[in-house]
Amino acid sequence: MSALAPAHEALTILIADDSATDLLLLSTIVRRQGHQVLTAANGREAVEVFTRARPQLVLMDALMPVMDGFEAARWIKQLSGEALVPIIFLTSLTDSADLAECLDAGGDDFLAKPYNPLLLAAKINAMDRLRRLQATVLQQRDLIAKHNDYLLHEQRVAKAVFDKVAHSGCINAAPNIRYLQSPYALFNGDLLLAAYTPSGDMHVLLGDFTGHGLPAAVGAMPLAEVFYGMTAKGYGLTQILREMNAKLKRILPVDMFCCATLLCLSTDRRVVEVWNGGMPEGYVLEVTTGKRTPLASRHLPLGVLSAELFDDRTEVWPVALGDRVFLLSDGVLETADANDRLFGVERLQQVFDTNREPDRLFDDIEQALVAFRGEARDDVSMVEITLRSGLATRATGPLYADSGQSCPRDWSVNFEFRAETLKRYNPLPYLLQLLLEIHGLRAQSGALYSVMAELYSNALEHGVLGLDSLLKRDAQGFAEYYRQRNERLAQLDSGYVRVQVQVVPNGAGGTMTLRIEDSGPGFDVEKVLAQPMDIDRLSGRGLGLVRQLSRDIRWSDGGRCVCVEFSWEALA
Amino acid sequence: MSVESVVSPDGKKLTIVIKGRFDFSSHQLFRDAYEPFYKAPDTYIVDLKDTTYLDSSALGMLLLLRDHAGGDESEVRVINSNSDVRKILAISNFDKLFDIN
Repeated sequence: MSALAPAHEALTILIADDSATDLLLLSTIVRRQGHQVLTAANGREAVEVFTRARPQLVLMDALMPVMDGFEAARWIKQLSGEALVPIIFLTSLTDSADLAECLDAGGDDFLAKPYNPLLLAAKINAMDRLRRLQATVLQQRDLIAKHNDYLLHEQRVAKAVFDKVAHSGCINAAPNIRYLQSPYALFNGDLLLAAYTPSGDMHVLLGDFTGHGLPAAVGAMPLAEVFYGMTAKGYGLTQILREMNAKLKRILPVDMFCCATLLCLSTDRRVVEVWNGGMPEGYVLEVTTGKRTPLASRHLPLGVLSAELFDDRTEVWPVALGDRVFLLSDGVLETADANDRLFGVERLQQVFDTNREPDRLFDDIEQALVAFRGEARDDVSMVEITLRSGLATRATGPLYADSGQSCPRDWSVNFEFRAETLKRYNPLPYLLQLLLEIHGLRAQSGALYSVMAELYSNALEHGVLGLDSLLKRDAQGFAEYYRQRNERLAQLDSGYVRVQVQVVPNGAGGTMTLRIEDSGPGFDVEKVLAQPMDIDRLSGRGLGLVRQLSRDIRWSDGGRCVCVEFSWEALA
Repeated sequence: MSVESVVSPDGKKLTIVIKGRFDFSSHQLFRDAYEPFYKAPDTYIVDLKDTTYLDSSALGMLLLLRDHAGGDESEVRVINSNSDVRKILAISNFDKLFDIN
């Protein structure tokens, strides 16, 4: 293409020159190249014409009366804002300092007099390319900004919906939970859930989905539903984990999964039960000794393995009042400094070691991260749960829509759970659901569940499995106790736990008798009951709890059979 | 980062070599390294000798490869990982799915 050929789009070009001859000559050349021409005889006129007609390109003489080209160029650049209006200085100046001033004033190029039409056309074309480039960049920037606003709006709405699901738990209400999480953590794939079980234990989940954005958030929704639904119904970690894993395996694409730590913290039993699949190790922080017990990842993340291969084994650790459980996301460990070094476990451990005030642990970690990196990342999640005494809050259970007219009033049922069942099945949620068919018992569902859970695990662990609760007198024995429990359960090939429920009406109210019997050798009831209830003892906690929560408890058959009663009055 | 794939002369072994950061940006390159082969190799080897870092999307990509290679029946080996990379693989317990050394 010849440089004299017209540009593919005609431009409006302002020419400012105080020499009428030069102005005429230049106008003729530019018009011949196919452009529209506006003219000005000095800088001030040039600014006026520019303001009025907004030309796309300016050819500006440097030295003019009234206002020179340099000042006019500054004005025009200011008026044109972000859009690029190229200014080509027309000059007979040859001194480099003068030429440099043309550029300093906002000029984009210069053209030496006398004019060479070929060079002029080429320069106009080159400047037009730059102008278009700038216009495209601005347009795309605005488009991106618009899309970004739109995305943020969508995220706000999605988050509002998600919060209804995710925060139906106790994460904000529980006085013993502290956490730190970006408000948009959901879109980083981080997920933090907490809820009380019917017996007043607390379930906490810290999860981290692969990937970011909407895909991560979409997986979080069903996970939260399973967590809250099953926790409220009294399911244990094992069943909840299995359900979560199966659900995620079914709905997520192959390359997506969810690293997670799920734990159950029991104030009554002074234990924490943990399953960690793919999360960085959390810690149990002992308040008296400062000892840290790592809660290491032992499993593949959720959503990777099929139900048959999924490993639901948990670990159980003793905790004392004031002890803390601390969990964190990989955003903490993978915070990188300018040289791509990772913050890592060792630096985190140092923060633990130097931390003097437990309440300032989060701040200390954050400070260390900022000092290491220079700024905070938005995908850092931490949570800390403290074991506190006092009456546990219990799950209120699902809301019931029935009127009570059809409530079963006079019935009994017997179950016998044998070895193959005891090994792998937890009948408690099912039994609780059955008992909550009785309206009068719903208000006591928490106490009912706690008592049932204690008596069932006594029957299983001390009765059928023959475990000695005295083992649990110190932390080491405690771990040994749970090791033996798992081992004996795996090898179990005989034995049973029988559960009998009997409901009889009494006026408008009624009485439910729960009878649990096991195949074990029994125990010396009077001797055990005569022992003082030592609140800080790790062993024998269950019985104290049962005696607090139920009105009447009786053993028979040499301790092999236990009976409790729950009564209710007419409903208001 | 770069992804290279090398097939053994008998066509039974495919080695995928990943250099630099192994993260979401290598998604397409990684898939291109094993998907086009008409005749599936028996063994897949992911060589991480020059891999400086891997993130959870890289773990996801390994799962995709495993799935492509036949899931539970597959033979996928992950070799030569440095200590940082090995830590990440260990936390996720990927040694239960892959032969890692």
